[in-house]
Amino acid sequence: MLATAALALLPLVQGAAAPRTPASGNEIIAELPRQVDGLRTLRAAVAAAPRDPAPAVALARRYVALGRGSADPRYYGQAQAVLAPWWGRPDAPNEVRLLRATLLQNGHHFTEAQAELRRIVASEPRAVQAWLTLATVQAVQGDSAGAVASCARLSSLTGQLETFACLAVAGANTGRMRGAERLLALGLEREGDAAPDTRTWALTMLAEFAARRGDVPLAQQRFAAALRAAPTDSYLLGAYADFLLDRGRAADVPALLRDHHRNDALLLRHALALRALGRQEALAPVRAELQARFDAAALRGDAVHLREQARFTLHVLGDARAALALAQRNWQVQKELADTRLLLEAGLAARDRTALQPVLRWIREQGLQDVVVARLAETAS
Amino acid sequence: MTTFAACFRLPFLLQLLLPLLLLQALPAFAHKPSDSYLVLRMDGNRIEGHWDIALRDLDMAVGLDGDGDGRLTWDELRARHGTIEAYALSRLSIAAGGVPCTLTAGAQQVDQHTDGAYTVLPLRGTCAATPKELTVAYRLFGDVDAQHRGLLRIGAGKKGETARTAILGGERPVQTVPLAREHAASQALRQFLDYVRHGAWHIWIGYDHVLFLVSLLLPAVLVRREGGWRHVPAFRVAATDVLKTVTAFTLAHSLTLALAALGVVAPPARWVESAIAASVVVAALNNVWPVIPGPRWAAALLFGLVHGFGFAGVLADLGLPRGALAASLSGFNLGVELGQLAIVAVVLPLAFALRATHVYRRVLLPGASLAIAVMAVVWLGERAFDVSAVDLLASNVLFSGA
Repeated sequence: MLATAALALLPLVQGAAAPRTPASGNEIIAELPRQVDGLRTLRAAVAAAPRDPAPAVALARRYVALGRGSADPRYYGQAQAVLAPWWGRPDAPNEVRLLRATLLQNGHHFTEAQAELRRIVASEPRAVQAWLTLATVQAVQGDSAGAVASCARLSSLTGQLETFACLAVAGANTGRMRGAERLLALGLEREGDAAPDTRTWALTMLAEFAARRGDVPLAQQRFAAALRAAPTDSYLLGAYADFLLDRGRAADVPALLRDHHRNDALLLRHALALRALGRQEALAPVRAELQARFDAAALRGDAVHLREQARFTLHVLGDARAALALAQRNWQVQKELADTRLLLEAGLAARDRTALQPVLRWIREQGLQDVVVARLAETAS
Repeated sequence: MTTFAACFRLPFLLQLLLPLLLLQALPAFAHKPSDSYLVLRMDGNRIEGHWDIALRDLDMAVGLDGDGDGRLTWDELRARHGTIEAYALSRLSIAAGGVPCTLTAGAQQVDQHTDGAYTVLPLRGTCAATPKELTVAYRLFGDVDAQHRGLLRIGAGKKGETARTAILGGERPVQTVPLAREHAASQALRQFLDYVRHGAWHIWIGYDHVLFLVSLLLPAVLVRREGGWRHVPAFRVAATDVLKTVTAFTLAHSLTLALAALGVVAPPARWVESAIAASVVVAALNNVWPVIPGPRWAAALLFGLVHGFGFAGVLADLGLPRGALAASLSGFNLGVELGQLAIVAVVLPLAFALRATHVYRRVLLPGASLAIAVMAVVWLGERAFDVSAVDLLASNVLFSGA
């Protein structure tokens, strides 16, 4: 009975489902998310005072936090709906604007997000979170000088660890990475009682920096410490999975990501691990599932998954030409290490020297430090 | 039924474990922004279609989970059918030429999309006159999820027919979509021509079929006598030989293509692709060391059977609609023939012109055949073991130090 139920689910993964009428009234059609604690109260407060932005901002913040934690974009849409009365208004409060910028950033509308953040800091130069978010957006877009300038504004407004973390983000892809790493490690050591979120963030960044320098034992140690503190942080899990994949430890990846297959980025790492392990039969349904997810995003006209899609196309489907086109489009928008590395890999696989030139020049100009990228760049030039 | 019966023969423990093992391999449903899928077909002034709405979104908006245990049963869902229908239909309106069309929902079904279970509402409606365009006003979930979108598709859903699509909601809740107005006959013709084009295009980009054909064509201007090659005296002789070979290939691949497209046989793609690569290896090597007994057309007939399954794979990728089978199948086949003829038209005269030369017999024929064989061996390796030779090379070059 159970076996047949499981077999009945198989076509879903292959995207070949069709409308059906369930045979039994007791059949479970869907598992619905349980009401998260606190949401009910926050919603009631919004309903009680629909013209007051304060409860709306509180509820929207909670939704954004839920979205971050679960990587479920529906929460972002719900946050936006809560803020609808103030969303497009020129006199919107800065709290609304900050959430708007965060949501724009989540949708990879970096330019619009940056414009919104600049309006906030122009009217409120002591807005700590706005400066920090602005620095992040600038760094993601490859403007490290601008990011450093934004971090400088933070130094007099907040604690040392936040400033050091900001500088680490700003310097991540430049020749100043080593200095930023030392500073951040020092800041973390001094501020032993930092907020858990900040601590995880800092440790993850430190682990990535160590891995990028090729200091494997230190990276492993930092990843382990971060995972002890935040075992379900999706960014951290992705970063650690990448570390394992790069070190030829694909066998450790499936267990690490077992409960995180809802997240496209993490399911992709799972697929890469299966491929590296030569487990073709286990890979086939995962490949089909990922393809279905990218297809669904394409129907909607979403460009949020370009990085994952390019990586999938290159390393899982093995279509270098298509992957290169995706990686190039992605690199137009975001220039983090993963985007840069992917463009190099795709350009090399497609043997397209012309496509490689801008990214090689950029790597030189920035002084980007990473053992894998260095090896790729050497092959390419 | 056989699966179920077979389960009883498994040891009890394994019976319990089996579903767990299977489920573990299955990815959980994706996290994805909220979308509904609105599919409409116009038949004169009648609207037919269906609307897939995520149960998760409906639960948030109208509440579905009666007992609040997080598990939605079919009974609980059915009990809310009236509410769902009223809620959804009050947020969708369709008009033609400024006049609203009627719209009703039938009994709901369920379906799965990448992010979980959806209700499927069958839709039926009537417009005052046969519309040239439809204006769709969409306000579903706009108040609870600002990023919700309605993905609209208007069309018969048949391949080759232009479907109109629109992304509804957000800043553009009302959109006017022009309808494709085409006579059924011209539509069928266009669809047929589309498949002709697909077939010809597939030959053009299907290097394996091209090289197989070239391997068969190269020796057609020569005859084997006393262990060596002698050139054929007249073009007619070479052309007759090619005609027999190509016809045999065509007959054979048409047969297997039809069998596979009709769903009579479905050999695994990896085997088919490997066998095609192997056929190229054999055909090419046969030009250097003759191993295939009998006339060339017999070999073409045999291998044609394999290549037909390969074409069927392409046809399946194109989403061949059932019902329009005969037309699209013959269109595709015709395209393949045209593509083949184009290759014959280029290769045969060239080969005929060069046939008497020493270079052709001693260098071109064996050289090209060997090159084709080497390439096909690489394909064979890639397809049989599902690895990419380029990837292998690249990873050895890039990560040799790692």
